[in-house]
Amino acid sequence: MKILVPVKQIASLDDQFEMRDDGRDVDEDYLEKDLNEFDHFSVEEALLIKEAAGDEVEVVVAIVGDDDADDALRTALAKGADRGIRVWDDALANADGTSIARILAKLVEREKPDMVFTGAQSSDFGSATTGMALAGLLGWPHAAVVSNLEYKPGASSATLRRELEGGLEEVMTIKCPAVLSIQLGINQPRYASLRGIKQAKQKPVDELSLDDLGLDASDVAPAFNVRKMYAPQRGKAELITGSAAEQAARLAQIIKEIRGM
Amino acid sequence: MSEIIVIAIQRDGELRSSSLEAITAARGVKQAGDTLSVAIVAANPQGLAGALSVEGVDEVIAVKATDEFQPDLIEAVVGALVAERKPSLIVTAHTVDAWSFAPAAAIKNGLGFATDVMALRREGADLVATRAGYAEKVLMDIDFPGKDTVLLTTRTNVFEPASGQGSAKVTEMAAPAADIATKHEGWKQPADAGGIDIPGSEFILSIGRGVADEANVEQFLELADKVGATLGCSRPIADNGWLPKARQVGQSGQLAASCRLYVAMGVSGSVQHQWGMKHVENIVAVNTDPEASIFSIARYGIVGDMFEIASELENHF
Repeated sequence: MKILVPVKQIASLDDQFEMRDDGRDVDEDYLEKDLNEFDHFSVEEALLIKEAAGDEVEVVVAIVGDDDADDALRTALAKGADRGIRVWDDALANADGTSIARILAKLVEREKPDMVFTGAQSSDFGSATTGMALAGLLGWPHAAVVSNLEYKPGASSATLRRELEGGLEEVMTIKCPAVLSIQLGINQPRYASLRGIKQAKQKPVDELSLDDLGLDASDVAPAFNVRKMYAPQRGKAELITGSAAEQAARLAQIIKEIRGM
Repeated sequence: MSEIIVIAIQRDGELRSSSLEAITAARGVKQAGDTLSVAIVAANPQGLAGALSVEGVDEVIAVKATDEFQPDLIEAVVGALVAERKPSLIVTAHTVDAWSFAPAAAIKNGLGFATDVMALRREGADLVATRAGYAEKVLMDIDFPGKDTVLLTTRTNVFEPASGQGSAKVTEMAAPAADIATKHEGWKQPADAGGIDIPGSEFILSIGRGVADEANVEQFLELADKVGATLGCSRPIADNGWLPKARQVGQSGQLAASCRLYVAMGVSGSVQHQWGMKHVENIVAVNTDPEASIFSIARYGIVGDMFEIASELENHF
């Protein structure tokens, strides 16, 4: 019994940043990389199932990214995932969620997992695309924004809750295998232990190219093209400066004015 | 001359108002000779056709099936519409339901695709969409070269809901065959608010990740009380169980519907949080990060430490 958990290495911007010369992305030097916040929850959900089943479950984490992305993959391995797969090719520089989904579909063919968990979205671009696009390619049952899951390894169906707008949740049953995108708050993700971090360095990671998966660059062309990227017009925020005491005094004044006190 | 199709969404037989926002987005890029259709899947789609027949809509496509949300069914409807009508553009609101079906529908049909689109325009014949990136710190203009059909999901609460009486014809469409893998079992309502009323509050003091530790929350409950505000929070605070869900402002929490003054302390301003409060006329943001996206929607900004500001603020009340 196997759960595949595709994860993403996200990028956050430094306080100051500059665009790349072609104006279509931020200069790489200003990006800080980390494991996607949502993926802490999808990895945790898989580990909880593994532990409840007495370790008969293998948790495989997969990432599409260059050498840099190894850190995010090792973070997931340090938490307790059994092994990793990293896929990269320079042709993936402009990859979007649909490109990644096409790669993951090939990994599912190879690995034959019983479930696939992704994060509900990425915390950098928030496209919420990869997991459900993967399900579309596979023709697998799927549910997005899963906030609760009852699933026994190998079962032919699972009961889950989808988190809808305004805190309402829908209870549904779903046939398995399925692709589920996991919402924040479904569990309390663990931190990797020092021992886990040490062990992660020894865990096997398969490194694959597009060619290894029988794909070429045209198979993973993105579904949109970035014309340009730019900093938004900053809003009208009037900055309140001075010492904390001065700033707080002005804030108190604003509160009293608006509240008519 | 081509067709634009909006996929409207209902829940339990009730039209989601964001469907009307998607119509506005689609209407904005309708060119001379284009037709605009709206498809709705429901147990009684004819009953919703009137509400969808707003100005600019030429046709309502009524698919009689079920009120239950079944992503497989909506994907089959999109597939059938693409095959039969070859639309240039399909638009649906970026709701949680769309998160389930839109990416699958897009990839199955090889469509151009982007989610959470905030603006949409034509540049000549090209369709250009705007979406955010890097946690809302940048915007990007995107297009879809070589794609005959593009599927977009539009950010909710950005486009005005379409209005104006239209005269759309109503066409019935048979529900296409679909392998349905999900079954609705019921609803779970949000926990009782216990008297906390975010939607009804005129003054909300909200805390985010900056509060750092559960032990620090109490002083902000006291501060809110002292200044006469309702204490709100961002998602991580509620997820950690530091404050009840009823205090969470944002897309999966509460809408600050009556709020006139919103003081956000240590809240970075994720798109989901902004959904619940960005309309408030007077937003004051307190954050140590001068680039936090909350400053882009605030009227007043304080770059500083929320704890220092809080303890100084107390002295004035």
